[in-house]
Amino acid sequence: MKQLNKFTMTLLSRSSNESFSRVAVTAFIAQLDPTLEEINDIKTAVSEAVTNCIVHAYKNEIGKIYISVRILECNVVEIKIRDKGCGIADVEKAMTPLYSSEGGERAGLGFTVMQSFMDSLRVSSREGKGTTVTMKKRISVRLNGNA
Amino acid sequence: MSVKTEVNGDVMIAYLSGELDHHSAKQIREEIDAAIEANMPTLLVLDFKDITFMDSSGIGLVMGRYKVLSQNGAELSITNPSPQIYKVMQLAGLGRLAKIEKGGLKNETVK
Ligand SMILES: Nc1ncnc2c1ncn2[C@@H]1O[C@H](COP(=O)(O)OP(=O)(O)OP(=O)(O)O)[C@@H](O)[C@H]1O
Ligand SMILES: [Mg+2]
Repeated sequence: MKQLNKFTMTLLSRSSNESFSRVAVTAFIAQLDPTLEEINDIKTAVSEAVTNCIVHAYKNEIGKIYISVRILECNVVEIKIRDKGCGIADVEKAMTPLYSSEGGERAGLGFTVMQSFMDSLRVSSREGKGTTVTMKKRISVRLNGNA
Repeated sequence: MSVKTEVNGDVMIAYLSGELDHHSAKQIREEIDAAIEANMPTLLVLDFKDITFMDSSGIGLVMGRYKVLSQNGAELSITNPSPQIYKVMQLAGLGRLAKIEKGGLKNETVK
Protein backbone atom coordinates (compact mmCIF):
# COMPACT_ATOMS: atom_id res chain seq x y z
CA MET A 1 0.00 0.00 0.00
CA LYS A 2 1.23 3.46 -0.89
CA GLN A 3 2.52 5.59 1.95
CA LEU A 4 0.96 9.05 2.15
CA ASN A 5 2.51 10.40 5.32
CA LYS A 6 4.90 9.30 8.06
CA PHE A 7 5.93 10.25 11.59
CA THR A 8 8.75 8.69 13.59
CA MET A 9 10.01 9.20 17.10
CA THR A 10 12.48 7.63 19.47
CA LEU A 11 11.89 7.65 23.20
CA LEU A 12 13.73 6.41 26.25
CA SER A 13 11.94 3.58 28.03
CA ARG A 14 10.86 5.74 30.96
CA SER A 15 7.34 5.22 32.28
CA SER A 16 6.78 8.98 32.21
CA ASN A 17 6.80 8.66 28.38
CA GLU A 18 3.80 6.31 28.28
CA SER A 19 1.24 9.09 28.26
CA PHE A 20 3.19 11.25 25.82
CA SER A 21 3.69 8.44 23.31
CA ARG A 22 0.01 7.54 23.02
CA VAL A 23 -1.00 11.21 22.77
CA ALA A 24 1.66 11.95 20.14
CA VAL A 25 0.61 9.02 17.94
CA THR A 26 -3.07 9.93 18.06
CA ALA A 27 -2.32 13.62 17.47
CA PHE A 28 -0.58 12.67 14.22
CA ILE A 29 -3.51 10.50 13.17
CA ALA A 30 -5.97 13.34 13.83
CA GLN A 31 -5.48 14.45 10.20
CA LEU A 32 -7.69 11.49 9.18
CA ASP A 33 -10.55 12.82 11.33
CA PRO A 34 -11.01 9.64 13.37
CA THR A 35 -13.97 9.19 15.71
CA LEU A 36 -13.40 9.49 19.44
CA GLU A 37 -13.73 5.71 19.72
CA GLU A 38 -11.07 5.15 17.04
CA ILE A 39 -8.74 7.58 18.81
CA ASN A 40 -9.28 5.78 22.11
CA ASP A 41 -8.75 2.34 20.56
CA ILE A 42 -5.42 3.47 19.08
CA LYS A 43 -4.36 5.23 22.27
CA THR A 44 -5.00 2.08 24.28
CA ALA A 45 -3.19 -0.22 21.83
CA VAL A 46 -0.15 2.11 21.68
CA SER A 47 -0.07 2.31 25.46
CA GLU A 48 0.03 -1.50 25.66
CA ALA A 49 2.89 -1.86 23.21
CA VAL A 50 4.96 0.96 24.72
CA THR A 51 4.39 -0.31 28.26
CA ASN A 52 5.58 -3.76 27.19
CA CYS A 53 8.86 -2.24 25.98
CA ILE A 54 9.31 -0.51 29.33
CA VAL A 55 8.19 -3.38 31.59
CA HIS A 56 9.49 -6.41 29.68
CA ALA A 57 11.93 -5.57 26.88
CA TYR A 58 14.06 -3.25 29.00
CA LYS A 59 13.22 -4.75 32.36
CA ASN A 60 16.45 -3.84 34.14
CA GLU A 61 17.73 -1.06 31.93
CA ILE A 62 16.71 2.05 30.07
CA GLY A 63 16.68 1.52 26.31
CA LYS A 64 15.25 3.15 23.22
CA ILE A 65 11.73 2.69 21.90
CA TYR A 66 11.29 3.36 18.18
CA ILE A 67 7.82 4.35 17.04
CA SER A 68 6.74 4.94 13.46
CA VAL A 69 3.28 5.86 12.27
CA ARG A 70 2.43 5.68 8.59
CA ILE A 71 -0.69 6.82 6.87
CA LEU A 72 -1.36 4.55 3.93
CA GLU A 73 -3.96 4.59 1.17
CA CYS A 74 -7.62 3.99 2.01
CA ASN A 75 -7.37 5.71 5.42
CA VAL A 76 -5.22 2.90 6.84
CA VAL A 77 -2.88 3.71 9.72
CA GLU A 78 0.14 1.51 10.40
CA ILE A 79 1.90 1.80 13.76
CA LYS A 80 5.23 0.09 14.44
CA ILE A 81 6.66 -0.06 17.93
CA ARG A 82 10.13 -1.56 18.16
CA ASP A 83 12.62 -2.22 20.91
CA LYS A 84 16.10 -3.70 21.10
CA GLY A 85 15.40 -5.40 24.39
CA CYS A 86 15.34 -9.00 25.60
CA GLY A 87 13.01 -10.36 22.90
CA ILE A 88 10.33 -13.03 23.28
CA ALA A 89 11.24 -16.72 23.18
CA ASP A 90 7.74 -17.98 22.36
CA VAL A 91 5.58 -15.33 20.69
CA GLU A 92 2.52 -17.53 20.39
CA LYS A 93 2.56 -18.28 24.11
CA ALA A 94 3.18 -14.60 24.95
CA MET A 95 0.10 -13.63 22.94
CA THR A 96 -2.20 -16.05 24.79
CA PRO A 97 -4.84 -14.09 26.73
CA LEU A 98 -4.02 -13.85 30.46
CA TYR A 99 -0.44 -15.06 29.98
CA SER A 100 2.14 -12.90 31.72
CA SER A 101 5.76 -13.70 32.44
CA GLU A 102 5.65 -11.28 35.36
CA GLY A 103 3.98 -12.23 38.59
CA GLY A 104 2.75 -9.24 40.51
CA GLU A 105 -0.24 -7.47 39.14
CA ARG A 106 0.00 -7.88 35.38
CA ALA A 107 -3.24 -9.12 33.85
CA GLY A 108 -1.56 -10.61 30.77
CA LEU A 109 -3.98 -8.80 28.50
CA GLY A 110 -1.80 -6.32 26.61
CA PHE A 111 -1.65 -8.31 23.36
CA THR A 112 -5.34 -9.17 23.68
CA VAL A 113 -6.17 -5.45 23.88
CA MET A 114 -3.96 -4.66 20.85
CA GLN A 115 -5.56 -7.49 18.89
CA SER A 116 -9.13 -6.54 19.60
CA PHE A 117 -8.79 -2.75 19.37
CA MET A 118 -6.85 -2.76 16.09
CA ASP A 119 -7.68 -4.45 12.76
CA SER A 120 -4.42 -6.39 12.66
CA LEU A 121 -1.45 -7.15 14.90
CA ARG A 122 1.86 -8.73 13.96
CA VAL A 123 4.59 -9.50 16.46
CA SER A 124 8.09 -10.45 15.39
CA SER A 125 10.79 -11.05 17.93
CA ARG A 126 14.23 -12.53 18.41
CA GLU A 127 15.59 -13.44 21.78
CA GLY A 128 18.35 -11.08 22.82
CA LYS A 129 17.69 -8.83 19.80
CA GLY A 130 14.32 -7.25 20.38
CA THR A 131 10.70 -7.11 19.35
CA THR A 132 8.65 -5.32 16.71
CA VAL A 133 4.91 -4.92 17.03
CA THR A 134 3.07 -3.81 13.88
CA MET A 135 -0.57 -2.81 14.11
CA LYS A 136 -2.96 -1.52 11.48
CA LYS A 137 -6.33 0.10 11.65
CA ARG A 138 -8.57 1.56 9.00
CA ILE A 139 -10.10 4.86 10.01
CA SER A 140 -13.72 5.22 8.94
CA VAL A 141 -14.46 7.81 6.29
CA ARG A 142 -17.19 10.13 7.43
CA LEU A 143 -19.59 11.46 4.82
CA ASN A 144 -19.28 15.10 5.79
CA GLY A 145 -15.67 14.69 6.87
CA ASN A 146 -12.38 15.02 5.05
CA ALA A 147 -12.10 11.85 2.89
CA MET B 1 -3.38 11.47 39.47
CA SER B 2 -5.01 11.20 42.87
CA VAL B 3 -7.11 9.00 45.15
CA LYS B 4 -9.66 10.48 47.54
CA THR B 5 -11.49 8.17 49.89
CA GLU B 6 -14.78 8.50 51.68
CA VAL B 7 -16.06 6.06 54.29
CA ASN B 8 -19.76 5.45 55.04
CA GLY B 9 -19.96 2.73 57.66
CA ASP B 10 -18.73 -0.47 56.01
CA VAL B 11 -18.57 1.07 52.56
CA MET B 12 -15.48 2.84 51.31
CA ILE B 13 -15.54 4.83 48.09
CA ALA B 14 -12.24 5.61 46.40
CA TYR B 15 -12.54 8.45 43.89
CA LEU B 16 -9.74 8.00 41.39
CA SER B 17 -8.60 10.68 38.99
CA GLY B 18 -6.10 11.13 36.18
CA GLU B 19 -4.73 8.45 33.87
CA LEU B 20 -4.44 4.87 35.06
CA ASP B 21 -1.50 3.24 33.31
CA HIS B 22 1.71 1.46 34.32
CA HIS B 23 3.30 4.81 35.21
CA SER B 24 0.60 5.77 37.73
CA ALA B 25 -0.56 2.33 38.90
CA LYS B 26 1.96 1.86 41.70
CA GLN B 27 1.03 5.02 43.57
CA ILE B 28 -2.71 4.48 43.12
CA ARG B 29 -2.33 0.90 44.35
CA GLU B 30 -0.40 1.96 47.45
CA GLU B 31 -2.94 4.63 48.34
CA ILE B 32 -5.93 2.31 47.90
CA ASP B 33 -4.29 -0.50 49.88
CA ALA B 34 -3.38 1.83 52.74
CA ALA B 35 -7.01 3.00 52.87
CA ILE B 36 -8.31 -0.60 52.78
CA GLU B 37 -6.03 -1.51 55.66
CA ALA B 38 -7.06 1.51 57.70
CA ASN B 39 -10.81 1.14 57.17
CA MET B 40 -11.39 -2.57 56.48
CA PRO B 41 -14.54 -1.97 54.40
CA THR B 42 -16.89 -4.83 53.46
CA LEU B 43 -17.51 -3.07 50.14
CA LEU B 44 -14.98 -1.01 48.19
CA VAL B 45 -16.33 1.18 45.42
CA LEU B 46 -13.76 2.33 42.87
CA ASP B 47 -15.12 5.42 41.18
CA PHE B 48 -13.70 6.00 37.69
CA LYS B 49 -15.58 9.21 36.87
CA ASP B 50 -12.40 11.30 36.72
CA ILE B 51 -10.13 8.65 35.21
CA THR B 52 -9.49 9.86 31.67
CA PHE B 53 -7.58 6.82 30.37
CA MET B 54 -6.98 3.23 31.40
CA ASP B 55 -5.14 0.28 29.85
CA SER B 56 -4.37 -3.27 31.00
CA SER B 57 -2.22 -1.97 33.86
CA GLY B 58 -5.51 -0.69 35.30
CA ILE B 59 -7.07 -4.10 34.83
CA GLY B 60 -4.19 -5.59 36.82
CA LEU B 61 -4.79 -3.00 39.52
CA VAL B 62 -8.51 -3.78 39.78
CA MET B 63 -7.87 -7.56 39.81
CA GLY B 64 -5.25 -7.08 42.51
CA ARG B 65 -7.65 -5.08 44.73
CA TYR B 66 -10.28 -7.77 44.17
CA LYS B 67 -7.83 -10.34 45.55
CA VAL B 68 -6.95 -8.21 48.57
CA LEU B 69 -10.63 -7.65 49.35
CA SER B 70 -11.77 -11.22 48.87
CA GLN B 71 -9.13 -12.38 51.36
CA ASN B 72 -11.05 -10.29 53.90
CA GLY B 73 -14.43 -11.46 52.63
CA ALA B 74 -15.12 -8.02 51.18
CA GLU B 75 -16.56 -7.05 47.81
CA LEU B 76 -15.62 -4.70 45.02
CA SER B 77 -17.72 -2.55 42.80
CA ILE B 78 -16.90 -0.08 40.02
CA THR B 79 -18.76 3.09 39.09
CA ASN B 80 -18.73 5.61 36.23
CA PRO B 81 -16.19 4.17 33.78
CA SER B 82 -15.95 6.13 30.51
CA PRO B 83 -16.81 4.25 27.29
CA GLN B 84 -13.08 3.64 26.62
CA ILE B 85 -12.53 2.26 30.10
CA TYR B 86 -15.72 0.19 30.00
CA LYS B 87 -14.56 -1.38 26.74
CA VAL B 88 -11.24 -2.45 28.31
CA MET B 89 -13.06 -3.78 31.39
CA GLN B 90 -15.49 -5.76 29.24
CA LEU B 91 -12.65 -7.31 27.26
CA ALA B 92 -11.00 -8.37 30.51
CA GLY B 93 -14.23 -9.84 31.88
CA LEU B 94 -14.01 -7.65 35.00
CA GLY B 95 -17.78 -7.93 35.37
CA ARG B 96 -17.20 -11.38 36.82
CA LEU B 97 -15.22 -9.92 39.73
CA ALA B 98 -17.04 -6.69 40.40
CA LYS B 99 -20.37 -5.09 39.77
CA ILE B 100 -19.83 -2.38 37.14
CA GLU B 101 -22.27 0.54 37.28
CA LYS B 102 -21.94 2.76 34.24
CA GLY B 103 -23.79 5.45 36.12
CA GLY B 104 -23.19 6.37 39.76
CA LEU B 105 -23.84 4.16 42.75
CA LYS B 106 -27.43 3.59 43.63
CA ASN B 107 -28.16 5.42 46.87
CA GLU B 108 -29.26 2.40 48.85
CA THR B 109 -25.84 0.79 48.37
CA VAL B 110 -24.20 3.73 50.10
CA LYS B 111 -26.70 4.29 52.89
N1 LIG C 1 8.41 -5.91 23.94
C1 LIG C 1 8.53 -7.05 24.63
N2 LIG C 1 9.73 -7.56 24.95
C2 LIG C 1 9.86 -8.71 25.65
N3 LIG C 1 8.81 -9.44 26.11
C3 LIG C 1 7.57 -8.98 25.82
C4 LIG C 1 7.36 -7.77 25.08
N4 LIG C 1 6.03 -7.60 24.94
C5 LIG C 1 5.44 -8.63 25.57
N5 LIG C 1 6.35 -9.47 26.09
C6 LIG C 1 6.07 -10.75 26.78
O1 LIG C 1 4.74 -11.14 26.46
C7 LIG C 1 3.98 -11.33 27.65
C8 LIG C 1 2.53 -10.94 27.38
O2 LIG C 1 2.41 -9.55 27.13
P1 LIG C 1 1.04 -8.82 27.47
O3 LIG C 1 1.18 -7.37 27.22
O4 LIG C 1 -0.08 -9.52 26.77
O5 LIG C 1 0.84 -9.11 29.04
P2 LIG C 1 1.65 -8.44 30.27
O6 LIG C 1 2.43 -7.27 29.80
O7 LIG C 1 2.41 -9.50 30.96
O8 LIG C 1 0.45 -7.95 31.20
P3 LIG C 1 -0.45 -6.62 30.97
O9 LIG C 1 -0.14 -6.08 29.61
O10 LIG C 1 -1.87 -7.11 31.06
O11 LIG C 1 -0.08 -5.70 32.08
C9 LIG C 1 4.66 -10.50 28.70
O12 LIG C 1 4.40 -10.99 30.00
C10 LIG C 1 6.13 -10.66 28.30
O13 LIG C 1 6.65 -11.88 28.77
MG1 LIG D 1 1.59 -5.76 28.64
